[in-house]
Amino acid sequence: MPKDVMRSLQLNDQGQLRHFLSLDNLPGALLTEILDTADSFLEVGARAVKKVPLLRGKTVCNVFFENSTRTRTTFELAAQRLSADVISLNVSTSSTSKGETLFDTLRNLEAMAADMFVVRHSDSGAAHFIAEHVCPNVAIINGGDGRHAHPTQGMLDMLTIRRHKGQFENLSVAIVGDILHSRVARSNMLALKALGCPDIRVIGPKTLLPVGVEQYGVRVYNDLSEGLKDVDVVIMLRLQRERMQGGLLPSEGEFYRLYGLTEQRLRHAKPDAIVMHPGPINRGVEIESAVADGPQSVILNQVTYGIAIRMAVLSMAMSGQTAQRQMNQDAEEHA
Amino acid sequence: MTLPLPGELLPKMAAELQTYLADRRIDTPHFIGIRTGGVWVAQALLEQMGRDDKMGVLDVSFYRDDFTQNGLHPQVQPSELPFAIEGEHLVLIDDVLMSGRTIRAALNELFDYGRPASVTLVCLLDLNARELPIRPDIVGATLALGDDQRIKLSGPAPLALELQTLSAS
Amino acid sequence: MPTEILGARVIDPTSGIDKVADLYLDAGKIVAVGAKPAGFEARHSIQAQGLIAAPGLVDLSVALREPGYTRKGSISTETLAAAAGGVTSLCCPPLTRPILDTAAIAELILDRAQEAGHAKVFPIGALTKGLAGDQLSELVTLRDNGCIGFGNGLAPMANNRVLQRALEYAATFDLTVVFHSQDPDLANGGLAHEGATASFLGLAGIPETAETVALARNLLLVEQTGVRAHFTQITSARGAQMIADAQARGLSVSADVALYQLLLTDDALTGFSSLYHVQPPLRSRQDREGLREAVKSGVIQAIASHHQPHEADAKLAPFAATEPGISSVEILLPLALSLVEDGLLDLPTLLQRLTSGPAAVFGLPAGTLNVGAAADIVLFDRAGKTTAGEQWYSKGRNCPFMGDTLPGSVRYTLMNGRLSFQAISA
Repeated sequence: MPKDVMRSLQLNDQGQLRHFLSLDNLPGALLTEILDTADSFLEVGARAVKKVPLLRGKTVCNVFFENSTRTRTTFELAAQRLSADVISLNVSTSSTSKGETLFDTLRNLEAMAADMFVVRHSDSGAAHFIAEHVCPNVAIINGGDGRHAHPTQGMLDMLTIRRHKGQFENLSVAIVGDILHSRVARSNMLALKALGCPDIRVIGPKTLLPVGVEQYGVRVYNDLSEGLKDVDVVIMLRLQRERMQGGLLPSEGEFYRLYGLTEQRLRHAKPDAIVMHPGPINRGVEIESAVADGPQSVILNQVTYGIAIRMAVLSMAMSGQTAQRQMNQDAEEHA
Repeated sequence: MTLPLPGELLPKMAAELQTYLADRRIDTPHFIGIRTGGVWVAQALLEQMGRDDKMGVLDVSFYRDDFTQNGLHPQVQPSELPFAIEGEHLVLIDDVLMSGRTIRAALNELFDYGRPASVTLVCLLDLNARELPIRPDIVGATLALGDDQRIKLSGPAPLALELQTLSAS
Repeated sequence: MPTEILGARVIDPTSGIDKVADLYLDAGKIVAVGAKPAGFEARHSIQAQGLIAAPGLVDLSVALREPGYTRKGSISTETLAAAAGGVTSLCCPPLTRPILDTAAIAELILDRAQEAGHAKVFPIGALTKGLAGDQLSELVTLRDNGCIGFGNGLAPMANNRVLQRALEYAATFDLTVVFHSQDPDLANGGLAHEGATASFLGLAGIPETAETVALARNLLLVEQTGVRAHFTQITSARGAQMIADAQARGLSVSADVALYQLLLTDDALTGFSSLYHVQPPLRSRQDREGLREAVKSGVIQAIASHHQPHEADAKLAPFAATEPGISSVEILLPLALSLVEDGLLDLPTLLQRLTSGPAAVFGLPAGTLNVGAAADIVLFDRAGKTTAGEQWYSKGRNCPFMGDTLPGSVRYTLMNGRLSFQAISA
C-alpha cells in the first residue's frame, strides 16, 4: 500500500484538511496554515467574550476510550469557543469486545447527527480505522491513538516553539525520555521535520527508543548532557510508572539521575532555551520543580496554545469535510 | 460605466464624517477598519482628517455566516483592537457595502469585545444590494452593478477601484 | 468411473515427467499416463488441450474453523475453497473449539470432510491438552484416529522440560511434531515485525529473535530427542538459515512457509489495514528475500496457504483489536504462480513445493501422478487469469489480494478421479 494513504484519507479532493489523524505526509504548508489560524484564535482567547460563532449549530463529540481529563477539557473548551454544541463520552473499553464497542458507539453517535468526533483510544490506528471504515463523512480528530500519534499536541508544541523562537529553520530541538511509548514524540518528530527543523535529537536509554527511530531524521543520544548541548528547545516526555516493570528501567530514581532535567543539566542547552512538557508532569521523575516552574519553562503556555490549536484544527477539518460532502453531492447530481 | 476615483471621494467623506461626529458631540471616536480594503480606506480617511489615531483592525473570518458553504478563509489573521470599546463611540469603516453581511459579522465581533456607546458606519461605496437592514452613515458614492459585475479595491496607496466581470461558468 | 484427460501438459515433479500426455483414471486411481490401457472405456472425458495437469496441491495448513468457529468457516465451505485453489489434500491445525485433542474431534472432522467430499483432510492434533502446554494429549490414540502430526500452534509449552518430554514421547512412537517457533515472551503483546514500520505506526513489535531464539531451542531438543520434526510458518531469513544449517549437519528436519510471506512485507501495514494482521507477523524485505531463496534452494520444501478465514467483524476494529490471519486457500495456485511469473521458481519446482514437497513432510499418500496413485489432479490454464474474489467460496473474505488479477486459473480439480471443483466458465 502506498505511503500516501494517510494523506489521501486526511485531505479532501481540494487538498484541505478533512480528518486530522496524524502528521504523516501532510504538507508543511498545511501545518503552517494550522499555526497561522491558531495564532488568530489565540487573540480570541484574550477577549472579554472568548467565543466566536464559527461552528454554531454543529455538534462535536469527544469520544474518549482512554481517560484524559485534560486533553478532553481543552477539546471541549476549543469546541465551545467555536460555539459548537459539545458532548463528551468516556467509553470503557473493558466492558465488551473493543471493536464492537468502538464501531457501535460511533455509529450511534453518527446517527445523532454528530458533525465531528474527537477520538482518543489506546490502540494505535484507532482514529484511522474510524475515518476509513466507520464514519468517513464525519470529521475525525485524533486526540491520541496508542503509541502512534497525537497530532494536536504535536501542533501545539510547534506553535509554542514558533511563538518563542519565531521559526524552525535554525533550531536544535531535543526530545527527552520515553520515546518508545510516546505518541507525542512521534508527532513532534514528524512536525519538526515537515516545518524544516534541521537538528532534531532524541535522548534516552535504548530500552525507551523505538527500533529504527533514525527514520524520522533524528540524531540519537544516550547521554542527556551531550544531547542537550546548545539546543534551543527541550521537550521532556512523561514517564509512566509502569515502565519500571518488565526490565525497561531499574527505578524512577536511576532514571532521574540519568535523564531528569535539572537546572544544572539545562545549562548545557543555550541560555535562552525553552523547556516544554506535554503534561501532566512527574516532578522529580523526569523534571525538577525548579525547571518546571522556572523562567525557561513554557509548560503553561503550551496549555493556552493547545486550545487555540484545537480551535484551528476543529474549524479547518469541519470546513474541509463540509466542502467534501458538497463536492460529493454535486458529483452525484451530475451523475 | 466610469468608476469614481477614491482620492476624489475621500475629502467629501472626511468632511461629512467630521460634521456627523460633531453633530452628535462625539469628541473621541475610535476608528476600526475591516480587513483588508476597509483598513486601507480607514487609513486614507484618517490621513485626510489629519488624525494619527491608533486604529483597530477587524478580521471577521470567524464571524462569517457562509462558513458552511465556503469554509474558513485560509489567510485568517487576528483582529487587533488597541483600545477598550466598552462605552466608547466607534467608527467602523469598510470599502464596499454589498449585502451587509460583512457588517453584520463585524458588529457581532465588536460586541464580543464589549458594549460600545455607538457605532457609525462609513463605506467608500454602497452597491445598493443590501440583504440586511444595514445602511452607511457616511458613503463616498452609490453605484448600481449588473449581476455579473463586481468591484475590487486595490491599495493601500494609491487606492483604486476596478470593475470585474464574472466569466459565465 | 473411468475417466480420460486428453491432451494436457502433464507435470509430475516426483517422476520428473513434463510432457503432453493423456491421463487415464479408474476406481479413483491413475491407471495410465500416455498410452491408453487395453480395454479402457472412458465414461467421462475431459478435453484438456492447452491445460497443465499436475498432482492436486497439498496444503499443510488450512484452518477449517469447525467445530467451534463456524461464523468464520466450515469444513464444507473451506474445503470447497481449497478445491477451487487446486488443493486435493490439506492439513488442518488443532485450533478448533473444543481443541483437537481427543479422538472424537478428529473423527468429527474426518466425517464431515468426507461428507463434504471437496478435499482430503489430514488433521494435526494438539500436542498438549487444550494447547495449555503442560499435559500431553493422547497422541497415539489421536494418530490411530487420523492425526498425522502434532503441534501446539503459537501457544507456549509450560517450560522446556515439558517440551523435551513431549518430544521424547512422540519420538518413541515415531510421531511427527510440528513447531511454530515463536518465543512467547519476546512476542508478548506484539502486533508487527519489530522494525521501522512498527515503530512508525506505534505498533508493539515482535523481534526476529522471537522466532530464532525459539527455533534454536527447538532444533537442539529435536537433535537430542531424535523426534521427527517439521518447522512451520518460518518468517525470517535468519530462521530459514538456521533450518539450512541444521539440515547441513544432517538433522532431518523439514520446513514450510506461508505463501503470503513470500509476497508481502511489513511495509503493507502502513495505513493500518487489518487485512495484513497475521501471526507470526509479516517481516522485512530482507526476510522475504531470505525465505524466497530458501524455497528456491529447497531448504523450505513446502509452501502453504496458512489459510485463516474470519467473519467480517473480526477484522472490523483498530489493528490491535482485530484477529490475525489471511483467507487465501482458494487462490493458492494462481497466487503461487506469481512466483513463477516474477522469476523466482520454474513451474515444476513451484509444483514440487506445492505437492510432493508438503506430502513428504507427513508421508501423505498424495502429490504424485504415478500409476497406481490416487487420482488427485489439478488442471489449470497457465495463460488464464484469476481475479481474486470474483468467485469466493470461503466464508472468510479477509484477503488482501482481493480484486488482484493473478496469473493462471484452475479449471478442474479431481479428487480420487472425481471432479471436486470445476470452474464456472470451464
